[in-house]
Amino acid sequence: MIKSELVQKIAAQNPHLYQRDIENIVNAILGEVVAAMARGDRVELRGFGAFSVKNRPARTGRNPRTGAHVSVDQKYVPFFKTGKEMRERLNRDSGGPVGDDEDDED
Amino acid sequence: MTGKTVTRADLCEAVYQKVGLSRTESATLVEMVLKEITDCLERGETVKLSSFGSFVVRKKGQRIGRNPKTGTEVPISPRRVMVFKPSAILKQRINMEPDAAAE
Repeated sequence: MIKSELVQKIAAQNPHLYQRDIENIVNAILGEVVAAMARGDRVELRGFGAFSVKNRPARTGRNPRTGAHVSVDQKYVPFFKTGKEMRERLNRDSGGPVGDDEDDED
Repeated sequence: MTGKTVTRADLCEAVYQKVGLSRTESATLVEMVLKEITDCLERGETVKLSSFGSFVVRKKGQRIGRNPKTGTEVPISPRRVMVFKPSAILKQRINMEPDAAAE
């Protein structure tokens, strides 16, 4: 599924909204997650997972082809940890149909 | 680095501010988006969100693990895990100067 398909699926469930609105909603959500990570904040979405930023200190790397030393600056990398419920859902190997018609209340 | 934690409530607020729906509806829409992504992953499908990153479901085979405390061997059953691959744009944003990122 790509972003436009996600927008279409949400739009189909919300006939009173314009597709343009749904696009803005999806972008607002993702934009907020990115902005938080850019500030170094953590984003915790219960049942889904948590986004955080990890620091990778500067190090001396090697060009694998030439063996030359290359200094690598310190950097930040995005990190995602899958939430507990998400992990369980991925392994709920019932084999039964996972309907979009049933709404599990958690 | 402010070290804050952003939650669902903050995402709802962002949607409320930017889209102009009611707070209640903003909250409903945030849940719908997360549910749609979750359902998709549960089916084993990859979710690609351009300029953000992609969520991929990987299958792990069975392997023998060890209880680190007792040293006993324990079989770890095959399972599915989800990984997030950040986009180049996201990686770049995170490494911008704090002042630039705050703009």
